[in-house]
Amino acid sequence: MKSFDYVRASGIADAQDTAGRIIAGGTNLIDLMKHQIETPPKLVDVTRLEMTEIEQSAHSLRIGALVTNSDLAAHDTVRRDYPVLSRALLAGASGQLRNKATTGGNLLQRTRCPYFYDTTQPCNKRAPGSGCPAKEGINRILAVLGTSPNCIATHPSDMAVAMRALDARVEIESPNRGTEMLTLDEMYVLPGDDPSKETVLEAGDLITAVHLPQPPKGKQTYRKVRDRSSYAFALVSVAGIVDVEDGKITEAALAFGGLAPRPWRDGAVEDVLVGEAPSDALFDKAADVLLQDAQGFGENDFKIPLARRTLKAVLAELTGVTQ
Amino acid sequence: MTEHLKMDQVQPHLLDETGQGVLSVPMPRPEGPLKVTGRAPYAAEYKAEGMATGVMVRAAITKGTYAVDTASVEDMPGYLGVFTDKMVRNAAQGTMGTNPAQMGDKILYLGQPIAVVVAETFEQARDIAAVLKVDYTEDDDAVCDFDGVSDWPDSDKPDQGDLDQAMSDATFTVDSMYTTKPHNSAAMEPHAALAEWDGDKLTLHGSLQMLGYNRDEVADSLGIDAKNVRLLAPYVGGGFGSKLGMSPDCVGAAVAAKALGRPVRVVLSRNNVFEMIVLRTATRQRLRLAADKDGKLLGLGQENWQSNLPDEPMAEPVDLATHFLYGGENRRYGQHVAILNRPASGSVRAPGEAVGMLALENAMDELAEKSGIDPIELRLRNIPEKHPETGVQYSARSLAEALTEGAKAFGWDKRQKAGTRREGEWYIGMGVASAARTNILMESRANVTLNPDGTALVQTDMTDIGTGTYAILGQIAAEMLGLDPQKVTVELGDTDLPKSSGSGGSWGAASAGSSVFLGAKAIRRKLAERLGCDVEALRLQDGVATGGNNRRPLAELMDAPITEEGHIEPGQTDEDFHQAGYGAHFAEVAVNAVTGEVRVRRMLAAMAAGRILNHQTATSQVWGGQIWGIGTALTEAIEHDPRTGHVVNNDLAEYHVPVNLDVGDLEVMFIDERDDASSPIQAKGIGELGLSGAGAAVTNAIYNACGVRVYDYPATPDRIFPHLP
Amino acid sequence: MQITLTVNGAAREVDIDPRTTLLDVMRHHLDLTGSKKGCDHGQCGACTMLVNGRRINGCLSLAVMHDGDEITTIEGLGDPGNLSPLQAAFVRNDGYQCGYCTPGQIMSAKGMYDEFNKGWPSHVSDDLTAEPNFSTAEIKERMSGNLCRCSAYPGICKAIEESAEEEGLTTRKAAE
Repeated sequence: MKSFDYVRASGIADAQDTAGRIIAGGTNLIDLMKHQIETPPKLVDVTRLEMTEIEQSAHSLRIGALVTNSDLAAHDTVRRDYPVLSRALLAGASGQLRNKATTGGNLLQRTRCPYFYDTTQPCNKRAPGSGCPAKEGINRILAVLGTSPNCIATHPSDMAVAMRALDARVEIESPNRGTEMLTLDEMYVLPGDDPSKETVLEAGDLITAVHLPQPPKGKQTYRKVRDRSSYAFALVSVAGIVDVEDGKITEAALAFGGLAPRPWRDGAVEDVLVGEAPSDALFDKAADVLLQDAQGFGENDFKIPLARRTLKAVLAELTGVTQ
Repeated sequence: MTEHLKMDQVQPHLLDETGQGVLSVPMPRPEGPLKVTGRAPYAAEYKAEGMATGVMVRAAITKGTYAVDTASVEDMPGYLGVFTDKMVRNAAQGTMGTNPAQMGDKILYLGQPIAVVVAETFEQARDIAAVLKVDYTEDDDAVCDFDGVSDWPDSDKPDQGDLDQAMSDATFTVDSMYTTKPHNSAAMEPHAALAEWDGDKLTLHGSLQMLGYNRDEVADSLGIDAKNVRLLAPYVGGGFGSKLGMSPDCVGAAVAAKALGRPVRVVLSRNNVFEMIVLRTATRQRLRLAADKDGKLLGLGQENWQSNLPDEPMAEPVDLATHFLYGGENRRYGQHVAILNRPASGSVRAPGEAVGMLALENAMDELAEKSGIDPIELRLRNIPEKHPETGVQYSARSLAEALTEGAKAFGWDKRQKAGTRREGEWYIGMGVASAARTNILMESRANVTLNPDGTALVQTDMTDIGTGTYAILGQIAAEMLGLDPQKVTVELGDTDLPKSSGSGGSWGAASAGSSVFLGAKAIRRKLAERLGCDVEALRLQDGVATGGNNRRPLAELMDAPITEEGHIEPGQTDEDFHQAGYGAHFAEVAVNAVTGEVRVRRMLAAMAAGRILNHQTATSQVWGGQIWGIGTALTEAIEHDPRTGHVVNNDLAEYHVPVNLDVGDLEVMFIDERDDASSPIQAKGIGELGLSGAGAAVTNAIYNACGVRVYDYPATPDRIFPHLP
Repeated sequence: MQITLTVNGAAREVDIDPRTTLLDVMRHHLDLTGSKKGCDHGQCGACTMLVNGRRINGCLSLAVMHDGDEITTIEGLGDPGNLSPLQAAFVRNDGYQCGYCTPGQIMSAKGMYDEFNKGWPSHVSDDLTAEPNFSTAEIKERMSGNLCRCSAYPGICKAIEESAEEEGLTTRKAAE
């Protein structure tokens, strides 16, 4: 870990320090700093700011950026009205990590790849232009959607997958742009030519809250497939919200983890479903659309059929169709 | 005085005659209160006046040479030095007793220790190690993957009979290839050393399993006399083979401490542990079985391919149990060890059986399926009368009892045909596998002291790596001397104490236990003399000696402590009998019909390992074996990059040891047994027996659940779901 | 940097490099070596301690960020001669072997009891809105952030179940 200046922010203005790196729970940043993958010269500790409240209004639920993963998962309203979020949070990491990890920090976890984590290896994300050994290497846990020739890392968050399905918007205080509200689609960028950049946020930008719209109609679930039964990242995960009325799917929101460099959502998949009667054949069609551009890199080829099976099972569960 | 026994003939069951009744029974560990309060000190937790901190530097290339540029870091805060002298390439192999390879400026694998950086604080040293400039010259001829091996070395294992002929004569045959990925011991305590010199004398607190050997390894690596080395390891945070041999942190700390003239502590990072410490080789195994119409084996073969670095005196003995577990006249083995530029291969819990029994016991399951014979019946039919290769008789061998009694306790009769039991989204199935682990007795010494106040002291350089040594040595002494075990103090983990077998190969309990038994036996003889009775008539109970017509408290027989050394050596019984522990593992699993995820609902182990010295700690050892079996079967796999040999998942986030939720209900039963040939205490090893076959029971249960046969370990979801119906 | 931590009830002032983790403050500066370092990256749970009553990984916490916080480590529970109920249950049930993960397991269990009492659900809870059931499966899931390579999980669960009431668990027990 490189030496750094430590500053404790006592107000939002302190946090908007373009020379500083914001730290909250630190469960990912400290991990990366110990490996000297992240070497911020200055750390701005925002944990004493007043961003720990969950406020309910008529139209939304505003989750303070410092609400811990534990508190969010256990919040009565979330458990009752947004169970997909509670389930996703509880499927992530461990009890200890969830007590430390925050809502804002969870969104900003770096994407994962073993080559990113080992400083002896080339990695376009850590050392732009050095190459991507993962594509032809050990890539079993890596992405099959949204990759670029430069990077195939996966977004590790479970929470963000549920939030993507819930149409969450992120409230940001930017020193340059003022207060902004971004959807996760707007906030996350795909690796493209510059995998070192994972979001549109700039130095000094501070996530202050996440807003969830009114609870969606229908059933919600989060299903996570992993290599061990707990304390492991997703191979594939699906956050699903589906409403069925009069035998037809009226609303559907589906987001995916473990497949892509950001929590993945594809409106075309939902378009296939809405207005149709649920059936195994329809679910296959939805999976076809989801996976039409999926590209495996050898070891992770299995994620494509696994995503299909998991999506279909989730849809069957949410619509009551027996497979 | 030394009471010496060479185990040349079977010994009487003295421990069944003593009357204290504190052996075999469950007894909580005496050191438990220190462990649960965080007061038991492990190697990295000692402090020394003026201590500096060292951090290892790992090679960033696979093969070539290097030179460190010390000037690149000399100005950094806290810098004390960078040391490359005498650096060892990897940890020593178990019982090696000599230095591991010392490569000078040569690098043979990515992650090899190449220097130790020392600074005033850990934070400073870690930073300096990360930015130290190292100049590399890379060779381009590294070979890092099995597929890159052009010439596999021949095996020199002789055939018995003609397996090919047996295969063609057989009614039922199995000819299957299995693969296993490399494994890491992943003991929770990373290796650590605190080195302190006083003139020529080195005192080193280490995280080590076999201090007697380790002392020689440290001395040889440093080029000093072993007499000048004292090692201390009273508490060791798990070993599982990874601490059998001295590790690079010991040499790094000692070299730096000498050069700096102050104590130095070096603790390996978790990444370091995955690279600098030996791991279990990957294996490919061809398993052949030839059986007649009744399922009786006509022949079997087990050929394996594996790898190591050059000059490592260790190959995974994949076929160890296959030689003696089942009969069959025609037998073929083969072992091919390629040289690869990957971290060194060495012992990880149950070397040999841990992976060899997966293939053998899966193949037996295949044979059962093909022949329509129940898997337990098939195994019972193939238990040989004598060792099928040497003709030597077996010592105690309760394999049949373990299979049948285990089956009854497990509810084996409820097992259904493969793929026919379903609960919602889950296929349910049961599997069985035999367990076998060669038993070894090693030379071991201990001092036993009985005090007039009715307390006793046991001293040996033996270690307790979680195996229960403190408990069982105290129990043996207490049983022999007629004392409450709470009156016995056990001192371990110090090379100033009598040299023991060390912890490894599951021989520690019987070997060190026998030395304590012998020391106490000598004390009994003295007490009998003083009491004026034959030693056979002596009875010691609750601090009172009875014999002939006399009954005297110990205090009246003694005015000074009596100290006797016990010394056990293996002998002729090792030649006259084939000794092994046996057992049977049962598993019930659920396989998810959508994702192929496997959940182990319950397991039962029926174990026969001679006299069980403490039912509680022995049960814990078997739990460990069962859970390692779950890890082996389902989750554990080191991934080497085929181009660089790099351990890609060199941490505990991506090397998946089982977590609490992975483990269903576990049951352990012991078959009552005495092994007369094993040792004067009739005990055999249990720690590795508990793992032998355990993973195969899980994968056989997967087959029974859903009809998917696992050939490539571990059975992660991607290896299951594509084959589901 | 100068910070003050309340450790096991006593105010402790330390002057530290800002890079120092809470775990290393305990182990290297305060001679409280009961909290263990197994991975230093939040992947094993051996360093589990309570910060302001909640269980966290000490290795992934910079001490400077906890100035003024209340920390409880294993040394803050019982002593060898006077074990807490949970510690005694670990000894009784052999809820360990080598002992290295043990302080983390015990501190994690302490935190977990409190999470049950607060009614927090877990990944294995069938009904998110109901009060959680103190079942073995719930314990296993909630304790899965603490690796034990000796694999003493059965004894760990037994110890946690046995001492729950004495440790102040108010959640209802699993239906037998």
